[in-house]
Amino acid sequence: MDFGFNADQELLRSTARKFFENECTSELVRARMADAAGFTEDFWTKLAEQGWLGLVYPEPYGGAGLGFVDLTVLMEEMGRAVMPGPFFSTVLLGGAALLEAGSDAQRKEWLTKIAEGQARVTLAWTEPSARWDAAGVSTTATASAGGFTLDGTKLFVPDAHVSHALVVVARTREGGNAEEGVSLFLVPTNAKGVSITLLPTMDQTRKLCEVKLDHVTVPTSALVGAKDGGWQPLSRVIRRATVALCAEMCGGAQKVLDMTTEYAKIRIAFGKPIGSYQGVKHKAADMLVDVENAKSLTYYAAWAVDENVPEAALAASMAKAYASDAFRKVAGAGIQLHGGIGFTWEHDLHLYFKRAKSSEFTFGDATYHRERVAQLINL
Amino acid sequence: MDFTLTPDQEAFRQRVRSWLQSNIPDDWTKFGLSEVPRPEAYAFLRKWQATLYDAGFIGITWPKEYGGQGLTFVEEMILHQEMALQKAPPMLNVLGVGMAGPTIIAYGTEEQKKRYPAKILSCEEIWCQGYSEPNAGSDLASLQTRAVKDGEHWVISGQKVWTSLAHIADWMMLLARTDPSAPKHKGITYFLLDMRTPGVTVKPLKQMTGDAEFNEIFFDNVRVHERQVLGGVNNGWSVGLTTLMYERLALGFGLQVRLRITMDQLVGMARRMEKNGRSLTKDPVMRQKLAQLWIDTESLKYTGARAVTKLLKGELPGPEASTGKMMWVETHQRLQELAMEIQGPYSQLARGAAAAIDGGVWQYSFLRSRANSIEGGTTEIQKNIIGERVLGLPKG
Repeated sequence: MDFGFNADQELLRSTARKFFENECTSELVRARMADAAGFTEDFWTKLAEQGWLGLVYPEPYGGAGLGFVDLTVLMEEMGRAVMPGPFFSTVLLGGAALLEAGSDAQRKEWLTKIAEGQARVTLAWTEPSARWDAAGVSTTATASAGGFTLDGTKLFVPDAHVSHALVVVARTREGGNAEEGVSLFLVPTNAKGVSITLLPTMDQTRKLCEVKLDHVTVPTSALVGAKDGGWQPLSRVIRRATVALCAEMCGGAQKVLDMTTEYAKIRIAFGKPIGSYQGVKHKAADMLVDVENAKSLTYYAAWAVDENVPEAALAASMAKAYASDAFRKVAGAGIQLHGGIGFTWEHDLHLYFKRAKSSEFTFGDATYHRERVAQLINL
Repeated sequence: MDFTLTPDQEAFRQRVRSWLQSNIPDDWTKFGLSEVPRPEAYAFLRKWQATLYDAGFIGITWPKEYGGQGLTFVEEMILHQEMALQKAPPMLNVLGVGMAGPTIIAYGTEEQKKRYPAKILSCEEIWCQGYSEPNAGSDLASLQTRAVKDGEHWVISGQKVWTSLAHIADWMMLLARTDPSAPKHKGITYFLLDMRTPGVTVKPLKQMTGDAEFNEIFFDNVRVHERQVLGGVNNGWSVGLTTLMYERLALGFGLQVRLRITMDQLVGMARRMEKNGRSLTKDPVMRQKLAQLWIDTESLKYTGARAVTKLLKGELPGPEASTGKMMWVETHQRLQELAMEIQGPYSQLARGAAAAIDGGVWQYSFLRSRANSIEGGTTEIQKNIIGERVLGLPKG
């Protein structure tokens, strides 16, 4: 039994931390928040050069063939740097869906390009109903001559405006079990009838779009996986993405704790560092408990989804329920312990506070996942 | 990262499982499920621990020559996990096994190591912990019980309080001041005291539960031979801290197990209870609360596993290890509050009432749980320790 990271993973961690400290400074993050794209080609190329865009893709598709736990390490460091850009949407969502369900030809073409930094693919799943279940998929794909016609509106689609293609989740069969009528389609963003609107977001490091599909025709070869068989692979993709998000949240929460601890050591009030007062010290201790527990549950979930053990779904939901509450609480406490300076635009705390909020509601919040846990333990 | 077991470890798990299945008495839960044994369970628990010892399922990490099994923390963890699954009874000599034994093995002379640990495991000799005093609780280092040298003996005078199990204990881990002129942490010595020595008076303290599980201890010129010193004169503070470190690690496993067993009982009770004509487990708010407790219980397990991994690699446990006690306390108190909420108006009925749920055992464990955030270092002290030793914040 070994519940720790190996030497290669620790090396990846220190390499990534150094890289982001140089390449993803607060100044650069803020510049990306202010512009529409949310990333630069230069930065994207550097991620590709590090081998991180294809980290978990198999070698035949241009990847490094590493495991999900390795990716967890990288995600923690990205969260620590509150990194903006389409990494998550491309690697964990669009690319992951192609890896999970795509044909060999689709994988060869797209995963290779993703790993090289030449293509970005996101997932167009959720809709204005904001449901996480299969019944929430109301976008339709109707069989037509030589293919399908897609109609519907997707909401909260990350980075669609800078993506080359979308993996669209659409309904191919009405009635019966909602999960048995869902299919995945690979749709170029420049296809006729696709319109993408970038939405203003509270967390400006995350770019979300509305995607309208108005009589978009695709050939049969655009199917990703089997017709009507899209829900199971999508669930596996979302489960892994959820755990990756938890890791990112742990990294962000740890950074807030580090910033707050450092500040509490140097900020003087009533003649003493504020960290010497129990009102501050105890709150910092509570933050540490939240961060450490979130890590324990996240690391276990990372191993569980990587090994695909029967408990994987439960482990992922336990991690997301805990991390959602923990990051929100820790980010809020960080602002409180910094006092007025923590509420300024100049200080970085608000970047983490907002990231905590957007992450909380991505793939289901704590309430949603606690109910999932209740179901999975047969309550 | 790898949670799979080696074939040897898997075999150990199977051996533990089948042994527990055929050896746990069916009716032991009539004594209640609290992690703290109640007086009417003492005789049964003494026998249970002896049975565990005979089967080699206690003292897993202790060296063989001192009565242990010479195995690793992985086997220790497997044992505790299996005990949780099979709902095994708790250990009676919990302070001896969790604290006295490991400290004696770490600091004792060869003679001491041969004399005490095996009898701790077999439950032949029960231990208690003489640390707290009326004026030295959270500020333990200001303790006043004195030991004055007289030839080959130390003469002890003073008072201890909140001493669990002292009324049935054979031995005490005693901290006493041996050098009043030294700074307060420097003049303390750790003694192994025979509770039957003349001058030792044990007076039970009735608690808010109605039981008398704690005691006051009075020392009136108690003569202790110098060979009963553990870890050197005036070195008691370091020795005592080691004890507390073991307490957090070893007891941590056990506490997580008790929590999991109690959690299963709680879910069972929620299934049986109804609210507005349907099972409580179908109530959305109750489902949220139960799921959160489940998550927190699992989290304690994995946080413990991270600490064990570092120990196995020969490293010191990191920040995660220091959070266990307060996390357990918070979760357990919330669990006990929820037990009352599940019972609703029935929570008012105690043992003896025919309509009391589960014979009224939850009322005791609910009340007893209030002490959890005080005993073994208050939650406030735990937060000071985390703030200062882990986060490096300045002392107040």
